[in-house]
Amino acid sequence: MPGTTATDLPSFPFPELNDNPFDPLAYQERLPEQGPITRVALPTGGWAWLLTQLADVREVLRSPAFSADIMKPGFPLLRPLPAQRDARDRAGVFIRMDPPEHGRYRRMLTPEFMIKSVRRLEPLIQRTVEGFLDDMIAAGPPADLVASFALPVPSLVICHLLGVPYDDHDFFQSRSRVLLSNTTSVADAQAAADELQDYLSRLVTAKERDGGDDLLGRLVAHRLRDGQLTHDEAIGMALLLLVAGHETTANMIGLSTLVLLRHREQFEALGVDPGRAPALVEELLRYLTIVRSGLPRIAVEDAVVGGQQIRAGEGVIALLPAANRDEAVFVDADRFDVDRGGQHHVAFGFGVHQCIGQPLARTELRIALAALAQRLPTLRLAVPPDEVAVRPSFIHGLQKLPVTW
Amino acid sequence: MRVRADRDRCCGSGNCVMTVPDVFDQDDAEGLVLVRLAEVPAALREGVRQAAELCPAAAIEVEEDQA
Ligand code: HEM
Ligand code: SF4
Repeated sequence: MPGTTATDLPSFPFPELNDNPFDPLAYQERLPEQGPITRVALPTGGWAWLLTQLADVREVLRSPAFSADIMKPGFPLLRPLPAQRDARDRAGVFIRMDPPEHGRYRRMLTPEFMIKSVRRLEPLIQRTVEGFLDDMIAAGPPADLVASFALPVPSLVICHLLGVPYDDHDFFQSRSRVLLSNTTSVADAQAAADELQDYLSRLVTAKERDGGDDLLGRLVAHRLRDGQLTHDEAIGMALLLLVAGHETTANMIGLSTLVLLRHREQFEALGVDPGRAPALVEELLRYLTIVRSGLPRIAVEDAVVGGQQIRAGEGVIALLPAANRDEAVFVDADRFDVDRGGQHHVAFGFGVHQCIGQPLARTELRIALAALAQRLPTLRLAVPPDEVAVRPSFIHGLQKLPVTW
Repeated sequence: MRVRADRDRCCGSGNCVMTVPDVFDQDDAEGLVLVRLAEVPAALREGVRQAAELCPAAAIEVEEDQA
């Protein structure tokens, strides 16, 4: 096998991975039959080990033998690295760093995302959710639930969290949408990223001058003033939060609504009893696993994973959606089963990079879905199910969700 | 049963706090784990085992009572 060239291997990501939102994971039969750990060819050339079992995925993501630093030669990239224009593009982006550097940045933000901190945001999230529902209902059916609800809710929450002034919300939201849209050209995405970076730079400067009782204000007051953090690092961290927290949460809201419309009894029960939301959201996270193309890492030491020898310098991809459908762990894994108690899913990853925003994401999802079920009990699709299109992206999501009520 | 948490390993995911809030907390400065009840009462033991299993950073160590 080591002699095999990359061209003999199946290509990853699997082309049809995204084609059916109702049966999101028909990939198993496309996996080669050699076993749970196989090699796949990457679109950027070269190959990587594909890990599909929960135990192997957890082990690799938690092991110091594997690095998340995409600049390491041989890192398994799914798309070419964008040209780095200056050091500013990498400053503070701790999702690509390894310990101990990673922890230094992450710890500056962790208190903002603790369960008890997010609890203080609940009234704001509730108001935001109700506000967009009011607008959607006032405009009358039909509506595109993605554009009028799923996308703007997390966007406005991020604005509030970071401390983007109200007058700038429209600018901030429109630039984020361009940046994250899959129909945006590379040049336009770059332009939007530049505008956001420049905007955040001015915002950080304003917080340095005036302070502010928000995430960026506190970061400036506690970390920037005493030299623990540079201006560019603060921008990088803010942009990371925006990019990592916006599309993910939005896609989960859209896809979750679609699943609930297919499991109408769950939708109706949620409308009557919002207390069902936590278990529901947990199973939606597992069932949908929107980080569809998995998490790439590179071995920095030799390691043995699931009996497979992996050499330093080789790439691996922890295929989260496969791990979350591991039949050895989740009984009847392809079934949507709210009562299964599947908290050990890896929809938020595992290891030191496990999603820092998960308490916020859970809260947004619980509140958004419960309010939807309560306010619009007759919600239904406005098009035949097979016309609901997914977004071609590394993060699984819907292009549009035409609904009526 | 006794439980210890290694704050150097902890990445502040908050999973343990979500699973057994009576036993785990996070500090306000860095969001790192705090153990509120090192001696775990019988009713919370299953939750603590689960929290150790779910901890993404392998920072929670459970010491079972000797039989
Ligand atoms: C349902 C919604 C979400 C999903 C499915 C999700 C998923 C993930 C996953 C799988 C990772 C691990 C990446 C890796 O190991 O390479 C991650 C990391 C991260 N997420 Fe989320 N996320 C969501 C929402 C959010 C929100 C709301 C925020 C913040 C506002 C956020 C901020 C981050 C950040 C900053 C990281 C990097 C953490 C680190 O490297 O230490 N995410 N997320
Ligand atoms: S689950 Fe582990 S990493 Fe997360 S806060 Fe608790 S001890 Fe820290």
